Formats: sequence, C-alpha cells, structure tokens
Amino acid sequence: MAIEIRLNGETASFEAPLTVLDLLARLELTPGKVAVERNLEIVPRSSYGETPVEQGDRFEIVHFVGGG
Amino acid sequence: MALNDTQLERYSRHILLKEIGGPGQRKLLDARVLLVGAGALASPCLLYLAAAGVGTIGIVDDDIVSLSNLQRQIAYGMEDLGAPKVERAARAAARINPDVKIVPHPFRLTQDNARDLVARYDLVADGCDNFETRFIVNDACHFEKVTLVSAAVGRFDGQLATFKSHLNDENGVPLPNYRDLVPEMPEPGSIPTCEEAGVVGALTGVMGSLQALEVIKELTGAGESLAGSLLIYDALETRFRKIRLRHDPANPLTGRPPVSMAR
Repeated sequence: MAIEIRLNGETASFEAPLTVLDLLARLELTPGKVAVERNLEIVPRSSYGETPVEQGDRFEIVHFVGGG
Repeated sequence: MALNDTQLERYSRHILLKEIGGPGQRKLLDARVLLVGAGALASPCLLYLAAAGVGTIGIVDDDIVSLSNLQRQIAYGMEDLGAPKVERAARAAARINPDVKIVPHPFRLTQDNARDLVARYDLVADGCDNFETRFIVNDACHFEKVTLVSAAVGRFDGQLATFKSHLNDENGVPLPNYRDLVPEMPEPGSIPTCEEAGVVGALTGVMGSLQALEVIKELTGAGESLAGSLLIYDALETRFRKIRLRHDPANPLTGRPPVSMAR
C-alpha cells in the first residue's frame, strides 16, 4: 500500500508500512547528521525503529548546524 | 537595591514593560551570564545583554580577531585585528554600559574546566563554533543545574533552544537537552563548519539577538520559556518553525539510569 506524506514541504509517496528508520534509509540519509521532525516534533533517535510513517504525516529533515 | 536615577532613565523602556518593569530590571542587573564563544552569535548577544544591563557577563574564548571575522562579528572593528576577542568584546560592552561587569576568560572551554566555570554563573549562552564544545557545555550545564540558551548557525540556517534538563516537566519527565537533539557528536568533518561552508552575517545577527532575548526572558521570567522547543530559522525560505523537542529515554544524562559524572 502506498502512502503520501509531506517531506520538506513537498508531497512524497512511499510503500507502507515503514518506520522513520526505513524512511531515512530510503532517503539515503545518515542519522548522525540530521534530526527528523514529524508533525512539528523532533522524533527521539531511540524511537526511529518503532515510529511509523503514516498517511498525511508532515516530515522535515533537520540538518544539524554547529557554527557560531 | 533600588535603581538610581541614571538607571531609571537608561532602562526606562524596559521598566515600561509590565513583563519586565523595575523588578525585572533589578534581576537583570543582579544576573551573571556566561557567553561561550566570542564570535558571530556572541557579538549581538553580548551587545544586547550589555545594553539591557545584565550585571555580570563572562566571556570564554581563546581566539583573536581576524579580518574574515568582520563580515559578521559586529562587536569588533578594524582597530581590533590581532587582539584577543574577549578583551575587545569587553571594551565594546563597556562603551555601551558601565553598569556591566565583563569577566574575560581568555582560554578554551574544555572538559576539565567547564563545570567549575559554568557553576559560577546563573545562565549560559552557547554560541560556540564546534560540536565538541557544544557537548561539553551541555553536559556541564546539566550537572551544574544551570539553564543553557543554545544558538547555532550554518549557511542560511539557524537553530535556537533553551535547555534545563535538570528540571522535569509537569508529567515528571526531564526537560530536553542538547543530546536529545544531537545524540552523538558528529564525526569531525562530517558536517561542514562555517569556515568551510560559509554563513550569512545577518543570519548570525538574527540568531544572536533571539538568543539574547531568550536569555532576558529566562532571567526576568517574562513570557514563556523556550525550554522543550526548538526554533528553526530557514533564511532562504524566510520561514520560522517552532517545534517540540522531547526527552529521549536513551539520553545518557537523563535516561534511566542516569549517569553521574565525576568532577
């Protein structure tokens, strides 16, 4: 079953079921460099594997910055 | 101690605000704030905190002013090139407000000195330029129970958060800290620094000013604390997002069981 989500402000389609961990893998993103924002909340890193990606979710990939 | 006539005039615009007023101004004058880093975020943060009458401001940084700093580090000018940043930052603050005592700490914040330094202040504002120091500051503030207002920039992106993970929310869950956003220190070189990737000067002005304002809110109790949230500024899209940041049970500082840290 395909689901549609908003990813960084754009519509994206994925085969469900999938978790946040799966989503990062499909986007070829390294968890060490980004945080994942789901429906205006940062998803705790330790729950990526059990956090489902659901129809209509709004995701933003937050790239870490450390400058000052 | 009551405000004197000069102070009543200098801070009249604060005193007019019901959220600050005379009592809030007194709190600012009695407060001790440590700025980590004396660069692009600290420049506006320092100038606004000094102008606001924050009584004691410590600055820890071991760098000297260089020409490539002047694109964004607005506390400094041509005459400061080659001079220690903490010394010239102190001069810039003193020019604005003689009420403010600046304490220069002309060295690098390290694992060995962080807790002792942080413990001497009521609040820490982190505007340093590397992840290693951000972790050290975060952990030191957690263990010393000092509120941390943390700002970071890169290219056109800014992030701001207030951490007080020594306190719990209304459900008894620890408030988040930096490790709930960035669980492990990024490998050196994996995320480009401003020196490598660039940064817009005015962005650091926005984020350093927001940081100063959150410091003033924490010190006076005005409004709602940013603790538990992350503010993201996307300058290219001209978009601010305030999102929720939660305690991660795997956080080594606040998870179960929490670690203790020998001094």
